[in-house]
Amino acid sequence: MSALPESLPPADPAALQLDRALQLLQQSGRDALPGAPGSAAWLQAVIDGLCEISSRDALTGLSNRRAFEAALNREIDRVARSGEPALLLMLDIDHFKRVNDHHGHIVGDQVICAVAECLAECVRPMDLPARIGGEEFAVILPNCPPAFGQTVAERIRQRIEQKVITAGLSLRLGITVSVGGAYAPQWVRSTPALWTERADLQLYRAKSEGRNRTCLEPTPVSNVSAEEKGLLFGTTMPGDLE
Amino acid sequence: MSAVSSNPSPMSELPAASGTRRARITAVTSGKGGVGKTFVSANLAAALVRRGEKVLVLDADLGLANLDVVLNLFPKITLHDVFTGKHKLEEAVMAAPGGFHVLLAGSGMVEYSRLTPEVRDQLVDVIQQMRPRFDRILLDTGAGISDVVLYTVSLADEVLVVATPEPTSLTDAYATIKVLATTQGRRDLKLLVNQVTQTGEGRTIRGQLQQVVDRYVTPSLEAPLKLEFVGEIPVDAAVRDAVRRRQLMLECFPGSAAAQAVLAVATRLTS
Repeated sequence: MSALPESLPPADPAALQLDRALQLLQQSGRDALPGAPGSAAWLQAVIDGLCEISSRDALTGLSNRRAFEAALNREIDRVARSGEPALLLMLDIDHFKRVNDHHGHIVGDQVICAVAECLAECVRPMDLPARIGGEEFAVILPNCPPAFGQTVAERIRQRIEQKVITAGLSLRLGITVSVGGAYAPQWVRSTPALWTERADLQLYRAKSEGRNRTCLEPTPVSNVSAEEKGLLFGTTMPGDLE
Repeated sequence: MSAVSSNPSPMSELPAASGTRRARITAVTSGKGGVGKTFVSANLAAALVRRGEKVLVLDADLGLANLDVVLNLFPKITLHDVFTGKHKLEEAVMAAPGGFHVLLAGSGMVEYSRLTPEVRDQLVDVIQQMRPRFDRILLDTGAGISDVVLYTVSLADEVLVVATPEPTSLTDAYATIKVLATTQGRRDLKLLVNQVTQTGEGRTIRGQLQQVVDRYVTPSLEAPLKLEFVGEIPVDAAVRDAVRRRQLMLECFPGSAAAQAVLAVATRLTS
């Protein structure tokens, strides 16, 4: 954490124009602030609240594009050094324009919120689901072994496929998503642009292969079998395998 | 010993060319990251200098250069500047502490983490230009089996695999050995075991690896794959202290067990 230079005099809270900030916090239900107005704790809470608002998508409450890009950069740094497998999933609601055209934007928004909910339910607390565009979502999954990637992506797709969205009195909608995914190259420093491009390519493949499916970029797995490991670590003797 | 160094004036410190295709090219690689590969490369280079070789270390870890961190160097001109045509190759060659030279990738190399035909050609060109000037070029490659790593290793005459006794390091080293044998036709690979806690552990590990190779890799090859044990480096406080000081262990703790072990590896590689 970098602190401000100590030579700077502390700002006088009374001189700050906080009306808009407080309005925003109130609007997003974050106006329960600790401490006396103007105190350091109170000001910190105002700032934290604004940071929170600026990293959330207003409609769904998921991380927004800004927070997603920051997280993507952090994950690339981590993966480059640790070599941990990290998966990036890109999701797009199938035929979303039809929903908007046939049922209106309010229903469209409900569909988007329903997808966001499913997404949040299907991932681990350490994962970062985000809404990065109109009907586009992304999930960063740190430390996700290649064997699990397809399972997670498929779980998300199925959860959304099974979800029934009710709107108005009698409208019941089913929707599907296409999912594309790519792993950050291990031990190599990628860039956000390259990584998202590779995941996007898989999303494009999922769309062009008929939608409502998941496509993950194949990974160069180091295929060391359990027998090989057994012999390597001396848990099996060569004779056992004869 | 100079702790801080910047690029020398062009050509001034670069050894003169003699003959063609002179340098022996040794790739230093590891299945797993964080096993001390770059630390080994730098200190091994210094040890080879003491054996009378003119040595260049090429930071071939294009996506994740940290040779500059290990050596406390602040390059003004890097391979990136050469690849982008801003500077001549000779200007990017830096004298490092320990009497060897380095070619650093620079952080701008990020975009080269994807191996394009241009990057392939440029790497080959760099090596061809440097080869007549040195006796040895150490390619400090990245970890893992990405296409960049496999390609840079493919440019080498010999491969030194660095592993530690830790299970994930051994598994990844084995995976690398397997890939190099099957995709590059390597039949001789050198193995250096870093961070051993007892004398002889390195040889035992070589034996274990060789046993698995004999059983699972060699049958699919036309000729057996041989792992040559070139030495072990013990866990040693000198290593940690040298890393912390950002100095060569061979210079700040020449009498340490780990430094002696690196010298023994250099002897083995030059004999």
